[in-house]
Amino acid sequence: MVSSQDQGEPSLLSVRGLTKLFGTFSACDGIDLDIAPGEIHALLGENGAGKSTLVKMLFGVLQPSAGQIFWQGKPVSISSPGQARNLGIGMVFQHFSLFEALTVGENIALSLDPKISLSKISQEAAALSHAYGLPLDPNMHVADLSVGERQRIEIVRALLQNPKLIILDEPTSVLTPQEAERLFETLFKLKAEGRSVLYISHRLDEVRQICDRATVLRHGKVTGACDPKQETPASLARMMVGSDVAAVHREELGAPGEALLEVSGMSVAARTPFSVSLKDVALAVRAGEVLAIAGVAGNGQGELFDALSGEYPVSDKDAIKIRGRSVGRMRINDRRLLGAGFVPEERHGHAAVAQMSLSDNLLLARAHSDRKAFLSGGFASVIRHGAVRSAAARICQAMDVRKSGEDPAAGSLSGGNLQKFIVGRELDRQPSVLVVNQPTWGVDAGAASRIRQALIDLAKAGSAVVVISQDLDEIFEVATSIAVISEGKLSQAYPAGELSLERIGLLMGGIHDSTQHASHDAAMAGEAADAH
Amino acid sequence: MFEAILLTVMTAATPLVIAAMGELVAERSGVLNLGVEGMMIMGAVCAFATAHMTGSPYLGVLAGIGGGALFSLLFGFLTLTLVTNQVATGLALTILGLGVSGQLGESFVGLAGTKLQPIVFPVLSDIPFIGRVLFAQDLIFYLSIALIIGVNWFLFKSRTGLKMRAIGDNHGSAHALGINVVRTRYLAVLFGGACAGLAGAQLSLVYTPQWVENMSAGRGWIALALVVFASWRPWRILAGGYLFGAVTIGQLHAQAFGVGIPSQFLSALPYAATIVVLVIISHNRRTTLINTPASLGKPFVPDR
Amino acid sequence: MRIELERRPRASTAFAAISPLLALVLTLFFGGLMFWLMGKDPVATLYTFFVEPLFDVWSLHELVIKAAPLILIAVGLSICYRSNNWNIGAEGQFTIGAITGSILPVLMPQWHSVLLLPAMLIMGMLGGALYAGIPALLKTRFNTNEILTSLMLVYIAQLFLDWLVRGPWRDPQGYNFPKTISFAPEAILPELLDSGRAHWAAVFAIVAAVALWFMMRFMLKGFEVSVLGQAERAGRFAGFSSKKMVWFALMLSGALAGLAGISEVSGSIGHLQPSISPGYGFTAIIVAFLGRLNPLGIIASGLVLALTYLGGEAAQLSIGISDKISRVFQGLLLFFVLSCDTLILYRIRLVFSGNKTEAGAQKNV
Repeated sequence: MVSSQDQGEPSLLSVRGLTKLFGTFSACDGIDLDIAPGEIHALLGENGAGKSTLVKMLFGVLQPSAGQIFWQGKPVSISSPGQARNLGIGMVFQHFSLFEALTVGENIALSLDPKISLSKISQEAAALSHAYGLPLDPNMHVADLSVGERQRIEIVRALLQNPKLIILDEPTSVLTPQEAERLFETLFKLKAEGRSVLYISHRLDEVRQICDRATVLRHGKVTGACDPKQETPASLARMMVGSDVAAVHREELGAPGEALLEVSGMSVAARTPFSVSLKDVALAVRAGEVLAIAGVAGNGQGELFDALSGEYPVSDKDAIKIRGRSVGRMRINDRRLLGAGFVPEERHGHAAVAQMSLSDNLLLARAHSDRKAFLSGGFASVIRHGAVRSAAARICQAMDVRKSGEDPAAGSLSGGNLQKFIVGRELDRQPSVLVVNQPTWGVDAGAASRIRQALIDLAKAGSAVVVISQDLDEIFEVATSIAVISEGKLSQAYPAGELSLERIGLLMGGIHDSTQHASHDAAMAGEAADAH
Repeated sequence: MFEAILLTVMTAATPLVIAAMGELVAERSGVLNLGVEGMMIMGAVCAFATAHMTGSPYLGVLAGIGGGALFSLLFGFLTLTLVTNQVATGLALTILGLGVSGQLGESFVGLAGTKLQPIVFPVLSDIPFIGRVLFAQDLIFYLSIALIIGVNWFLFKSRTGLKMRAIGDNHGSAHALGINVVRTRYLAVLFGGACAGLAGAQLSLVYTPQWVENMSAGRGWIALALVVFASWRPWRILAGGYLFGAVTIGQLHAQAFGVGIPSQFLSALPYAATIVVLVIISHNRRTTLINTPASLGKPFVPDR
Repeated sequence: MRIELERRPRASTAFAAISPLLALVLTLFFGGLMFWLMGKDPVATLYTFFVEPLFDVWSLHELVIKAAPLILIAVGLSICYRSNNWNIGAEGQFTIGAITGSILPVLMPQWHSVLLLPAMLIMGMLGGALYAGIPALLKTRFNTNEILTSLMLVYIAQLFLDWLVRGPWRDPQGYNFPKTISFAPEAILPELLDSGRAHWAAVFAIVAAVALWFMMRFMLKGFEVSVLGQAERAGRFAGFSSKKMVWFALMLSGALAGLAGISEVSGSIGHLQPSISPGYGFTAIIVAFLGRLNPLGIIASGLVLALTYLGGEAAQLSIGISDKISRVFQGLLLFFVLSCDTLILYRIRLVFSGNKTEAGAQKNV
């Protein structure tokens, strides 16, 4: 049995062959992992590599389909978060499980022994938070706190239970560099006390800075285990995104033509308390170009898409130009009439209505732009179901959409096939401008390459394409130029050939060119230099 | 004279306050139960029938509470276990309640009721002015005050109340923390039903001690509006309830004095006031967004 | 024992078809049980209630008379509910439609013209639509919940009608009865057949149901209703406006409720009086759900619900059960419809504690 690891040192937590299936999709596939007492262990991987699924199983939120977890050498089955806490596992979620309407103290009390009084918890929390350098006021309402402060609640909440292992899921993705620095100090204190930390991240520099060992995941499988301090960012990146990155063959697209989509000086205030504001965004995409916009999730990608598509028009009509026309204040259908097409990130409930048939979902995006083909009866706007259905069939054929039945509900298709349809529905009308958010998120490899090929072909035919993506493989495969979005700010665009993986990683981590955002990057740059 | 008016205002306000308190707890846990009117009328008929048959209004009160609570269980089973649409199910509860109560109460129409007598606190009730108003009331009035204090303590001081508010704010996170969302909501719905039933008992044992079909006359709906008005805070229910009680009694007195305004317009006043109040409270989207329990009315199916 | 739901990979078409029938069967079963508890023969009572009225020409006419307003209102409500707007104040819109439609025959009794009736119907629809426009305005402009406002407006409408027929509109020759003058013959909605009282409201109901079915099935507007009701964000992606939809759905359903109101007054009553509806506006909510929010299904469910009214009257006469029993049937029916609809989206599993190793652990608070 696996009560000890290779070095002979007993493991705090061991995982053997852990597998999680969602239907036929394996989010985690035979994962092995060992965490020693008193170490900071990194779990590296891209979005969708299976990191979150793995830790949810460790914390009892999800039940594994196969495999075994060992805690201090003994096999355990962790069926609930409460049980995980009783074992001594604390968890800090990426998407905080906090209650906005409650105070800090109340949030903490919810996960503790109900016999302890609220005021005592508040006192302890305040004391503990100061001891670890994470100042918190227990009486504040969570809704009024910054993201960094919210994370402190999660950490203090985990620490109050005196855990032996603390799992942090992408903790710095929501922090400023200064906040991240303070978090690292806290982690070192925890390590000094003999506690273990499982640190989930895709940021190479910080993993190399603070972690003792690393396990790398890709497509739900372990692709490497190493000491990150012995590795270079490039070698770590290769384990994370696969060695085939450099080998991607992309056809030359020929000389770009006139600018079809131009954005300048576009600032958009956050619409809800949970969204990101866009700050002085500028970009230009010419005919024959594919501009890829890279970035970590939640840095303003959705908001950028909303503004470009016209689902939420912006106040300055000149901020966005499509084929030379100022369209900032136009709504989505008027922009479509100018030849633009859009593919949102979320398939269900945004790009498509799951309960509706494919032909209805075709109509969703094209009733206005293809009025003549799809509608008749003048004012009454009677839907020509026959024409819509045959167009849907044409799209399915062109994009090789596999489906059951003639015109099935969108929700019955697999993610990849539905995405092929959604992209195909725009390509079918040969848009001169296409804006796509996360074209292949959660899509199988076959469908992904099909979609990427189609995007390249569209650009080759003389259209301007914007691809917003968090997938670096994809970006290198399709882009002619690359910009990076971070905290609602967009970097300048670089020709794809001139950008290395490391460079993009730095930009994604908020390290912009010193010419652009001098103040806040100096610290990061210095820190990055230290790490090298 | 003023004292008498105040007493009638309190009698008119008490059922609103009690029913709204129950609904407040249910909504704090994230359940929107539009069946208050139905549960209230069920409470009224159960209370009247029991009091009439046993001669004890106190047994009537118990029966009212039990009737409302049992009836709410039906709503709970559908919305929490079968995850049906809360709006439609609440409407169904009201329609069924009005029907069943009419059927049950058929033989009681026109019979003399058993009035719940005031409980007079000897010395305290002799305090000038406030004595009669506060210390010579019936049991249900005292219960209404106890309810406000109790619910306020429960929601903001007890751990179970904290869990309930957490569920209402974000049932997904609450589930992730290991709080039993469905069970807690069942209890909240049951409490809401018991309160609505008690409010109904007040109608048929105190306010107008007799059985009249549809005697709740929209009070259940006004109680629902009161919860919004009070921004889900217990003490504001008291204020809102007495405001509505005052409007109701005020229009009755105005009718009696013949102020020259048609009685129907005066009778419509509480309903019109409800609309006005709702508009004032809800027009600020931001505060509404902040005050409303975030998971209110949303279906919850735990994933495993 | 515990009940767990498991989401089906796709909505079950079989259960979508069976669900209303299953609900009917369950309602009849529990109704029979109720009769049995009341000491009546369940089979004979159910027969009197639901079958006997169908063998009599007179009661068939009554069935149509009662079904017409239910169908008219319910098809309007189905558009509301499909677009996720919860208008439950159809009873008020019905009342206001009856009032505005009656302005001409009450205030201008000398006007005898073929145009009178069409004008009345149009004014009735306008009145209902404008009255439903109030919650629409409050929802779009002030973010106010339409459920509560539309319901409060019911009480206000009923009190307003009460005031009218007891006050300014009371028939001076009416021996102080609270009613208006009887409408002139030109203001009466004609009967359809010589055999009975059923009048043109039935035709309006069928036309409205078929027209809205056509809209939902074939027109872009119907598509817009479905999209915004199912996924507001997808509707925005399609360029549809959810605010305009609030106005459209509420005013359409208000107009149809108003039409039902004036048709009822003009065709069945012949004058205004304090009570003009046995709760059609509320029963129509059940009709809409039982018809699965499909206008054609609503024609069938409207007839079923009309039968509960009729059966109630029949049972009162021949067996001596209160006609309140029809309300009980209606409420039960809605409950069972909603419960059975769960089967369309979910598979229901009974879990017995102890069978699963995790069952105990999952029970922590």
